[in-house]
Amino acid sequence: MNSRPMVSARDITKRYGAVQALSDARIDLNAGEIVALMGDNGAGKSTLVKILSGAVQADQGTIEVAGRPARISRPNDARSLGITTVFQDLALAENLDVVANLYLGTEIRRRSVLDEVAMERSALDLLASLGVRIRDLRAPVAALSGGQRQSVAIARALLGDPRVVILDEPTAALGVEQTAQVLALVKRLRDRGLAVVLVSHNLSDVRAVSDRVVVLRRGRNAGEFVTADSTQDAIVASITGADQ
Amino acid sequence: MTAWPIRSTLGALGATRERLRHGDMGQAPVAIGLVLIAVVFQSMNAHFLTAENLTNLALQMVSTGTIALGLVLVLLLGEIDLSAGSISGLAAVVTTTLYVRQDWHPLVAVAVAIGVAAAIGALHGLLSALLHMPSFVVTLAGLIGWLGLMLYLLKPDGTLNLPFEHGLAVLSGVWLPAWLSWLLAAGLVVAHLSAALSRRWRRLQAGLEAPSIARVASRAVALAGLLAAAVAVLSADRGVPLPFLIFCALVIGCDLLLRRTVFGRRVYAVGGNAEAARRAGINVTRIRVAVFAVASALAATGGVLAASRLAAVNQSSGGSDILLNAIAAAVIGGTSLFGGRGRAYAALFGILVIQSVANGMLLLNVDSSVRLMVTGAVLAVAVAVDATARRGRPG
Repeated sequence: MNSRPMVSARDITKRYGAVQALSDARIDLNAGEIVALMGDNGAGKSTLVKILSGAVQADQGTIEVAGRPARISRPNDARSLGITTVFQDLALAENLDVVANLYLGTEIRRRSVLDEVAMERSALDLLASLGVRIRDLRAPVAALSGGQRQSVAIARALLGDPRVVILDEPTAALGVEQTAQVLALVKRLRDRGLAVVLVSHNLSDVRAVSDRVVVLRRGRNAGEFVTADSTQDAIVASITGADQ
Repeated sequence: MTAWPIRSTLGALGATRERLRHGDMGQAPVAIGLVLIAVVFQSMNAHFLTAENLTNLALQMVSTGTIALGLVLVLLLGEIDLSAGSISGLAAVVTTTLYVRQDWHPLVAVAVAIGVAAAIGALHGLLSALLHMPSFVVTLAGLIGWLGLMLYLLKPDGTLNLPFEHGLAVLSGVWLPAWLSWLLAAGLVVAHLSAALSRRWRRLQAGLEAPSIARVASRAVALAGLLAAAVAVLSADRGVPLPFLIFCALVIGCDLLLRRTVFGRRVYAVGGNAEAARRAGINVTRIRVAVFAVASALAATGGVLAASRLAAVNQSSGGSDILLNAIAAAVIGGTSLFGGRGRAYAALFGILVIQSVANGMLLLNVDSSVRLMVTGAVLAVAVAVDATARRGRPG
């Protein structure tokens, strides 16, 4: 971690009409590290994530990936830089089964015929390596639990062999046990050497898995903490502005 | 060793139960419905289940069934094509005009008509995808507009006859000799069995769960039984009608396209969650345009088959209740109106239900008013059964 960060975003500014969504925001992401991105509603978390994933473009600012300046103006740019994002709505086709969802858009084919065997085999291997347990990979996604769906969406993101995975509120809609499953999966992503961004409102989740916390408030960096060395109160104070 | 078949049987039962719990009843309700229809009409008129009447039924299904097949594709996207009837009529008139008035070779005339229909379908798809016009409105405009064009082309006579003795009209009078029918049926069973076995072998090679040999064999035997029954009945009369064979080939082709190809997978994805498909890098517009084009081409094929059977086109070609029957057939066969759920076989089984009801009531000399009411009730019951079965479905 003494080398240059995997992704370094500097002076990111974004304005929506009269609303200043981000002003000179910055964030560094390192391989094998989970960074929690926190902040109140409207603090600019989503905007920063969308800029990193190419869904919107920053007005100003620079992004470096592996030390080289990068332009991210479309989702495909982010993808080819190895940055992948799992948005809260997961973007799964509920009528298709797990295998079909994992390989949607990147189907393995023999000539133009689907190679179901190859897809199912590598889906099994991928999910097993992530510790995701789904009994029937041929069941439609509609039949899965919320935690399983989240896991499928994350596994899907990994198929592109990314370096950075951004997770937008992955546990927001989940119960206690499923949250634990998804957090365990998030840790496994770090253990694979990925840089992980965890956008979250939930302090206990953040304290359970993150290495570092970056706090935004009204579009600006409000604080940065090493999770292990900081108290819950300090992070909350930074989010609410009570530390000023 | 002895534990194996039992375990795999239990596994298969479990999987079936799981599927039922998810509301996927397969073709069971349609099969039960068909048995009911057969029993009721046979008890009221002993002519219903004769080889002759069933052969007539097979012929009556072809045109609307082919149109319904295209509608299944469009419904899978969660869209609707109200212009299918008009396009089938227009294609029939274009074919006949080129063939009879302009003296073109019939095959070329048919190919041009189907090409025109595909272009019209692509236009509908483009309008709905690029301008975000609801497909209901685009194709409603098509229903009216293409009907108008058809009537315009039919002027001044309002009707065009096909020569009986050669060309297109002959198509409907071609019956397969029994030996060829049996050969085709056997070929289908062998193709099915070898595909299933090679799939099983590949799954085992990859260390995946695979269906037992007994299961593969029993499915092949079931298919063989079904085909044998159909061929035996049809051959007892005049033989397998060529138009019916064309319809079945189209159904099988569409089924393979939907279930085995990348294109088909993406059709289901767009119908299930278009936004997810778009974010997965799928060109949603291209899929929509292609599906509307194929659906219109199928509607045109249905129209040409109808013209061939009637040996004429007139102002009511593709009109009256053809479109509504085709939509009803797709839905009765188990295609969801909301997209993403259904199979190509829905067109075959759905039209079989609708046409057997119509055929049975014709035999009984029931007035067409009653026929409409009964067809409506069958549609309502079919959808009600499907909706009830899916109520327990999560998500």
